[in-house]
Amino acid sequence: MANVSAAQSAASFHLAKLALVIAPLMSVNDVMEADITAQEPKAPDSPEDLMSAVAERRDREAFVELFRIYGPRIKAYLMSQGADRATAEDLAQDVMLTVWRRAGQYDPKKAGVNAWIFTIARNRRIDGLRRARRPQIDPDDPALVREPEQQADQMVDFAQRSARLHVAVAKLPPEQEKLLKMAYFQEMSHNVIAKELSLPLGTVKSRLRLAMAKLRAALESLE
Amino acid sequence: MMPNHHPSDELLIAYAAGSQSEPLDLVVATHLALCPRCRNEVALLEELGGSLLKELPGESLDQADHDSILALLDEARPEEPVRPAPRSLDVDPMIPSPLRDYLAGPLEQLDWNSFQGVSQVDLLPGVTDVRTRLMRIKPGTAMPSHTHGGSELTLVLAGGFSDEKGHYLRGDFAEADASVVHQPVADPGEECICLAVTDGPLRLTGPFARLLNPFLRF
Repeated sequence: MANVSAAQSAASFHLAKLALVIAPLMSVNDVMEADITAQEPKAPDSPEDLMSAVAERRDREAFVELFRIYGPRIKAYLMSQGADRATAEDLAQDVMLTVWRRAGQYDPKKAGVNAWIFTIARNRRIDGLRRARRPQIDPDDPALVREPEQQADQMVDFAQRSARLHVAVAKLPPEQEKLLKMAYFQEMSHNVIAKELSLPLGTVKSRLRLAMAKLRAALESLE
Repeated sequence: MMPNHHPSDELLIAYAAGSQSEPLDLVVATHLALCPRCRNEVALLEELGGSLLKELPGESLDQADHDSILALLDEARPEEPVRPAPRSLDVDPMIPSPLRDYLAGPLEQLDWNSFQGVSQVDLLPGVTDVRTRLMRIKPGTAMPSHTHGGSELTLVLAGGFSDEKGHYLRGDFAEADASVVHQPVADPGEECICLAVTDGPLRLTGPFARLLNPFLRF
């Protein structure tokens, strides 16, 4: 039920419906905030800003922006893994709705927005396209071995890390970049990739390791 | 205690990308529950996935105008609970989730198949090309010397074992492929419990072993 009322209060930002439908539900603060958003010209927001607007205020306009950024890319991701256009469209919508519903669970201390949305799309692909189960850790499991406190509390600037990764990937030798993209975007085991490229499996593995070593080195200077 | 032996980069990449089969994901994910270092690695690899996703040229959506996006939200129903209520199985705390979800009950009640100091139970019996087993090995037991048609991934849950490459304790992850001939020996003093995933036939390498090979499934 929490979701329903959250969605209702979020609707308060959709000005067109404001007076007609849900005015009785709105608090004074909501009205003031909605007015401010309506009057100020909108500066382009980062995905991080948009995400926190959705999480904290159920901001529907921010969601529209996120949808425009990620929706087409998720559709392309799903099509690269063999989904036809219609299925990819449905699943991409589904992924974005999950983003809307679970926005409150997004923790900017644990992941960047790109990564968080990627994991939702990946999991939806596994159960939607492959119809398989994905074993995952349970963060609340008492048997989970935890990190020493100090490290767990480190503040990570994910936007900065993401920018670094982007640059580092672009600097990889083409054969390493190609393999990395195949590993992420084609539903292929490394064995199949090796066959596809007529490379020994060992070469595929060592190129992936080399690529990872470079990406780690690019991030290390941040820590 | 933190593990010293970890899955290779390729396995972690395949886990983060979601491109490998359920048994491989299971053994990697169970290691992750015991290994903060690899959880951080996977977080990095998911960032990489996010970064690659962001760079993809988008495919135009049929319904991407402002009003149809908002209409989606109006139709959205609250999500079904993601996680089923935890099963009230009296499972050994040594078995972390997600492995716990694959066991039919407490260790003692599983359908163990025992032979010469080694007991095993098949998990995921429906998967035909990969074999997933929980194994209990009596203290000090030497496994027959063998090599693999494919790869063998072993995660230690209790006790420990040694082979030519090292000593493995709880949380440690051993990866052997066709090039490795090894003879794991369980540590003395404590039963060794492992999760093992094999994706090719196991081949015994001892003097009489060649005669037995045709009878082994893996």
